[in-house]
Amino acid sequence: MREIHVDKIRDAVAEMAVEVNSFLSDDVCEAIASFREREDWPIAEDILGKIQKNIEIAKRDYVPLCQDTGFACVFIEVGQDVHLVGGSVGDAVNEGVRRGYTDGYLRKSVVKDPIRRGNTGDNTPAHIHYEIVPGDRVKITLAPKGFGSENMSQIKMFAPAAGEEGVKDFIVKCVEDAGANPCPPIVVGVGIGGTFDRAALMAKQALLVPLDEENPDRYYADMEKELLERINRLGIGPQGFGGKTTALGVKIKTFPTHIAGMPVAVNINCHVSRHKEVVL
Amino acid sequence: MEKRLDYPFDKEKLAELRAGDSVLISGTIYTARDAAHKRIVEMIERGEEPPFEIKGSMIYYVGPTPAKPGRPIGSAGPTTSYRMDSYAPTLLDMGQAGMIGKGQRSQEVKDAVVRNGAVYFAAIGGAAALIAESVKSAEVTAFEDLGAEAVRKLEVENFPAMVVIDSMGNDQYEIGRRAYNNR
Repeated sequence: MREIHVDKIRDAVAEMAVEVNSFLSDDVCEAIASFREREDWPIAEDILGKIQKNIEIAKRDYVPLCQDTGFACVFIEVGQDVHLVGGSVGDAVNEGVRRGYTDGYLRKSVVKDPIRRGNTGDNTPAHIHYEIVPGDRVKITLAPKGFGSENMSQIKMFAPAAGEEGVKDFIVKCVEDAGANPCPPIVVGVGIGGTFDRAALMAKQALLVPLDEENPDRYYADMEKELLERINRLGIGPQGFGGKTTALGVKIKTFPTHIAGMPVAVNINCHVSRHKEVVL
Repeated sequence: MEKRLDYPFDKEKLAELRAGDSVLISGTIYTARDAAHKRIVEMIERGEEPPFEIKGSMIYYVGPTPAKPGRPIGSAGPTTSYRMDSYAPTLLDMGQAGMIGKGQRSQEVKDAVVRNGAVYFAAIGGAAALIAESVKSAEVTAFEDLGAEAVRKLEVENFPAMVVIDSMGNDQYEIGRRAYNNR
């Protein structure tokens, strides 16, 4: 059995926290560039240019792209042939978040209690999702989530009779309702099926899929394409001032569901769509 | 082209601005977001002095990242404004000159903007490193315990913003989208 010390997880999280907040991945940068080329509305083109300039400055100065450096969402896939040693994995992840956010000059955006509030001062705790998978490796994904876009997310428990059209209309309506609030151009993560909680989780995980990666299921690949076109015909545009670039991508994840149901969750991300992974 | 708006933010200057104008703002502005707004409005309700003079003030809805050594501020883009909607009319009725944030406002806020000849500006959400370049100095002046949400006095030079709701009540989110869809 392969042994991995939890300190490695701690260090990986700390390092990724700083990097992921300063550098945007190539797929997102390329999507912004290609939408800018196709944008014929002057203010929209201008804003996309400023967003690109922001990406350059953040990279050059190694500073956060956005002041909302997010709630640390951490996805850990643990190979079943791995023995994690040296302490608690959860503590290691939180220590990594603490170090990354403190030493890396990132904003501490987490409060102790949802109603009574009170900043925890170090951006902990992280939201950690564990999964046991075959193999002897550990994959850690860090996706800091800004709440301007998180607040615009929605979930709905449809009756199966709503069908494909009901699902698609709901997704488009979520984007319409969000308008300028989530900092368009956005990325739309969708979870369809499973249970109430599973749908929401899949919607978040859909945001981790690279924008240039095609859905392996032809049916959903076509639906993603159709939804992106419909959303970009709404005319919301970058920052809500009009234009064809409302979303950079729509990503769907699905799971079998109950005969009585069809849960649909829509998790919205801003153009600073951040996620980074490391395999130990 | 871009218009200029320099401190002090007089009503006469604000009255000339129209929804859709690109504006470069220079001078003293204050930061406040959810928690600071709550405290400020509670202080006002108790009859206490707010931490800065509301009349004539420009409030930027932002919680910046900590400044790296040698820099005045960290990344500092706007946060979503609607969360301040329940507090904004109170401040506008006290003479607040303007607000900088992002996203749609309630009818109550729009009415208060018109009633008081104020202006609501938007900065580009997510362009926090770019916007921070216009901040020349920053100093925490109240509620230090709130961390990123503390009130900061900023000196800005050519802070890039767009007029969303002007003193006549025009709303660029409605105008811009309608114009695009009717092009």
